[in-house]
Amino acid sequence: MNETNLVKEEKIKRRKSVSYSRWGYFFILPFFVVYILFSLIPLLSTFYFSFFENYRIGLMEVGPNFIGWANYHKVIYETEVPRFAMNTFIIWIVGFLPQLLIALLFAVWFTSNRLKLKFQQFFKTVIYMPNLIMASAFAMLFFTLFSDAGPMNQMLISMNLIQEPIRFMTRTDTTRGLIEMMNFLMWFGNTTLLLMAGIMGIDQSLFDAAYIDGASSTKTFFKVTLPLLKPIFVYTLITSMIGGIQMFDVPQILTNGKGTPDRTTETLIMYLNNHLASKNYGVAGALSVLIFIVTAFLGVFVYKSLMKENSITGGKR
Amino acid sequence: MSKKLISISDKYKKGLGISRFFCYLVLILLSLMCLFPFVILIINATRLNSEIQKGFTLLFGNAFVRNAENLFSDPNIPIFRALINSVFISTSASFLAIYVSSMTAFGIYMYNFKLKKFAFSFIMMVMMVPVQVSALGFLKLMARWNLMDTFFPLIVPAAAAPAIVFFMIQYMQSVLPFEVVEAARVDGSNEFYTFNKIVVPILKPALALQAIFSFVSNWNNYFIPALVINSKNKKTIPILIAQLRSADYMKFDLGKVYMLICVAILPLLLVYLFLSRFIIQGVTLGSVKG
Repeated sequence: MNETNLVKEEKIKRRKSVSYSRWGYFFILPFFVVYILFSLIPLLSTFYFSFFENYRIGLMEVGPNFIGWANYHKVIYETEVPRFAMNTFIIWIVGFLPQLLIALLFAVWFTSNRLKLKFQQFFKTVIYMPNLIMASAFAMLFFTLFSDAGPMNQMLISMNLIQEPIRFMTRTDTTRGLIEMMNFLMWFGNTTLLLMAGIMGIDQSLFDAAYIDGASSTKTFFKVTLPLLKPIFVYTLITSMIGGIQMFDVPQILTNGKGTPDRTTETLIMYLNNHLASKNYGVAGALSVLIFIVTAFLGVFVYKSLMKENSITGGKR
Repeated sequence: MSKKLISISDKYKKGLGISRFFCYLVLILLSLMCLFPFVILIINATRLNSEIQKGFTLLFGNAFVRNAENLFSDPNIPIFRALINSVFISTSASFLAIYVSSMTAFGIYMYNFKLKKFAFSFIMMVMMVPVQVSALGFLKLMARWNLMDTFFPLIVPAAAAPAIVFFMIQYMQSVLPFEVVEAARVDGSNEFYTFNKIVVPILKPALALQAIFSFVSNWNNYFIPALVINSKNKKTIPILIAQLRSADYMKFDLGKVYMLICVAILPLLLVYLFLSRFIIQGVTLGSVKG
């Protein structure tokens, strides 16, 4: 018995001395090959192409000729990119603020020991549902629902709320409003679940202590929940910002790629898409690099906030 | 004294009742907002064009089958073909993504090699890079390799999914003890065999979850496919929808339009309703737990 154990131990030791570490490279190799070929090289070549004059007039291709920073100058000063960046930002923030507010409220309600709400599974299922559906189909659906003779107008007229149909797609406020509403509906469920997980990760005894000390639920929320939720809050904020920069499907389909009316709903990626589709590579490259810089900047913050969260759950309290 | 206590607790209960009522009210309102578009969608998909034009009702029509027939027989909208393309692309892309990415996660989690730290930091860094910013280089590269207008650029690049790697590493930390793999080594199992036969079964719940998310995002993907695909018989569902939007909308049979949106949305919605408990748990697993 003793001897067999010893033999086994010896065997394990010998095995351990065999180095398995090279297997690590074998397992990560396919990922890195694919990533480098299809993402990293394209990314770097996008940087490279952004310094070349390269576009197409009809069937004739101009360039590529090296022109230095001229594309960047063009993107920033000669195109309407700053305006499109502003459009993107406005549409994002108007959709995001109510989303955060509602998500925070729901997350607190769902986790509240005092309220003990019923049918939670049902509500969670329903509010997360819009997140899974095809953004383009959702936009098409909204387009048909809010078209001049669509169900929304029919309903409003039959309820005598309006006399004439509202032409949603011809006004800046209503078109933007529709995009903002879709973004809100698609993402508030997701944010609720994330914040909920964050709240559930907070030590329950802190809430109990606050309760015993006689803190009101509002006070508990502002003095206990919010400060401890900060890392996840930052994470949500920044991933949402990055998502906002990438906004494309919904406004593209809703306005048929035109950013109507008068390009007030044209987002950065819609503009990029136009240049890519018409093979206007120089400007597209410079715009891509600028978008990359902004996202990378935000990404660093996410990384930092995630890492901070680790240290908080690890020790501090 | 005791009377006073009772009255306080009564008051407290009453306050609780009011706040509960308020909570339910807001929850129900927002749930209705989420459900309403889908209700209209399904109702209108069952009605004829002429009925839809007349005005909206909450009653179902009886033209569901007819609308479906009209849609599937329209030669301008190769919906059947698009469905097959979308299913094929989404299935293979998500399979590749979860297999290759969990392999990577296993490599980083299990072994102590020199570049381990670098590999992990690299993956964390690129997790946030949007696909749109490398689209230009990607399209040029695909054109040079003569892969434009094929499914290749829509499937193979999906294999490298940094977010899945991150999620799987998190998951392995909670369910996969090193001893399991070491025991397999003692039994003389080759590392790759161990991964396929022992590690993958342990990871199954997480793999299934990521497969669903990956399938959904591929199914819904519009940006890259719209730039890569040209031929009519290679189009995917989102491209068809965009095409429908750019066609002269007023001339369209609206029953058919609603039906097409139904085909795009409903299959996933049904799957979601069956798996919702599982999916909702999963949303928060990887993204927040640090």
